[in-house]
Amino acid sequence: MKAGPDEKGYFGVYGGSFVPETLMAPLAELSKAYQRARRDREFQGRLDELLASYVGRPTPLYLANRLSARMGGARIWLKREDLCHTGAHKINNALGQALLARKMGKERVIAETGAGQHGVAVATAAALLGLMCRVYMGSEDMRRQAPNVRRMRLLGAEVVPVESGSRTLKDAINEALRDWVTNVRTTHYILGSVLGPHPYPMIVRDFQSVIGREAFGQFRKATRGLPDLVVACVGGGSNAAGIFSAFIPHERVRLVAVEAGGRGTGAGEHAARFAGSGRPGVIHGTYTWLLQDADGQVEPTHSVSAGLDYPAIGPEHAMWHDTGRVSYTRIGDREALGSFHLLSETEGIIPALESAHAIAYAIKVAPAMPLKANILVNLSGRGDKDLDEVGRLEGGSV
Amino acid sequence: MSRLADVFQAARKERRAAFVAYVTAGDPAPDHTVGIVRALRRGGADVVELGIPFSDPIADGPTNQRAAERALEAGMTPRGVIETVAAIRSAGEDLPVVLFTYANPVVQYGVRRFAEDAASAGADGVLLTDVPVEEMERFRPAFTAAGLDPVLLVTPTSTKERIRAAARLSRGFLYYVSRTGVTGVQTHLGRSLDTELRAVKKLSKLPVAVGFGISSPRQVAEAARLADGVVVGSAIVDQIARIGANDALADTIQRFVTPLAEACRRR
Repeated sequence: MKAGPDEKGYFGVYGGSFVPETLMAPLAELSKAYQRARRDREFQGRLDELLASYVGRPTPLYLANRLSARMGGARIWLKREDLCHTGAHKINNALGQALLARKMGKERVIAETGAGQHGVAVATAAALLGLMCRVYMGSEDMRRQAPNVRRMRLLGAEVVPVESGSRTLKDAINEALRDWVTNVRTTHYILGSVLGPHPYPMIVRDFQSVIGREAFGQFRKATRGLPDLVVACVGGGSNAAGIFSAFIPHERVRLVAVEAGGRGTGAGEHAARFAGSGRPGVIHGTYTWLLQDADGQVEPTHSVSAGLDYPAIGPEHAMWHDTGRVSYTRIGDREALGSFHLLSETEGIIPALESAHAIAYAIKVAPAMPLKANILVNLSGRGDKDLDEVGRLEGGSV
Repeated sequence: MSRLADVFQAARKERRAAFVAYVTAGDPAPDHTVGIVRALRRGGADVVELGIPFSDPIADGPTNQRAAERALEAGMTPRGVIETVAAIRSAGEDLPVVLFTYANPVVQYGVRRFAEDAASAGADGVLLTDVPVEEMERFRPAFTAAGLDPVLLVTPTSTKERIRAAARLSRGFLYYVSRTGVTGVQTHLGRSLDTELRAVKKLSKLPVAVGFGISSPRQVAEAARLADGVVVGSAIVDQIARIGANDALADTIQRFVTPLAEACRRR
């Protein structure tokens, strides 16, 4: 199942470690610590115990009957990562890496965050394990995800607004990398997605692969079969990599990742890396698909969802795209908002705006699929954090 | 021998460190860069590092980030920087020019085409701040084939093996980053600089230049005791930011760097 990367961190032609020399030593230290932890029963035992008693795993697999009936086609199943402690899948990776930080003897962790879910997860793990924590967040994201800023501060983390560039996730990663270069001896950088230099894309995928393992087993138990289609939203791509990882070897299961279509197809109007000006390039330490201009300057992005508002995608996704194992499509702001309401009203589940993109794709294709077909959607997070922003966008209707 | 190697050798004969000055090309505007480089030369620079602005400069502190933003805003491009190098040569300046940038602008330009165009414009070397030894294979063959010297960075966190490998892949000189951190002005150089430099020089046959955070004549003099070259960047960029696109810019830069260059003489 763990098909990659190679020892230099490449998934096919994508990946690698394009970072300042100062970071090569801590990346090597992290690789070594991770390889050791992988085989260390005590480490795995501690992680499993926390995932069960603290995060609330396994998360349920839920058949969304009313939503499926409304669509009149395939049955839609939801993997309920929104029920994880802190409200999204991000905690799976944050806890794993915080335990690694402890193993490496680091006393301080830093993180970037877009929607704030990863920041909240890291602040939570840091509180639990007694680590100092600083989170970098674009000031635009701090505005639109204000509830998560308050949560992080309550958890004892320092939240630092990032005013450079587009003041979103991309710029928060730049700032976190600069902090890490400066405080490399005392600090572990908990990257939140399957991005960045080797070994991050592998580590984050592995910590998130618990989603796929559970969903695979739960689905088999419920239906004695495999889903026809698995859908996940994709910003950097951690929840998608997590759920896809178990299904990748099963060729007859279609895998679809949904990028943010934003409000148009022009530069700066979306975050769909496999459309428009996307092509391979180097960003944040990795060679992957990237929205950029002709000179290689990174282009601004837009999405109603802060967590998908990022110009690049993880290198393993770039490989899956090229091999065709995963199809990448996009859903715009308006459709995402529509499914945000629909899932809330039909099932009593308020999805995160990120996850609403995956729901929107599922309800789009479900009607044309046979009644006994099955769609598995990774409901990566819950939407409490989005209420203010949706209200603002819709002029107070929420 | 390359022009870079010549300059370091000449400085050594004069019992001084070579003075390396960094500016971002296109800051404050593309038509100022040739004048700034000539002023650096008049002020005593032996080598100029010319930054090709990139939108996401993870190795740079706020000073150089803002310089890159100003340069991009003013319309500077990688091709524009290469044309600027050609203009520097047409103006009769023969000091070595090292292009200082990130991987992506070079990858998007096309590594081979970049190397050929930069070399024929008269550039001498290339330093890619986010390309460590492990990723150098993608770039180095094209650089050396075109006659460009690849310059790699080593840092206080580099192991002996890594320093050896970086020295092996570099030409012209090896760049020692004097602290763990991004570019920018700092008040004190690390107390262990002498020890660290001795260790690096033991592992490298190439001249070693020290940079990141050096801003005052006193710090230059301190670094010049042992280093073969001293780099000053953000402090000059700060001056450019302060003065802006103004007729007095070149003269002010010259006056600013003169004492820095003089501090490279070992007393």
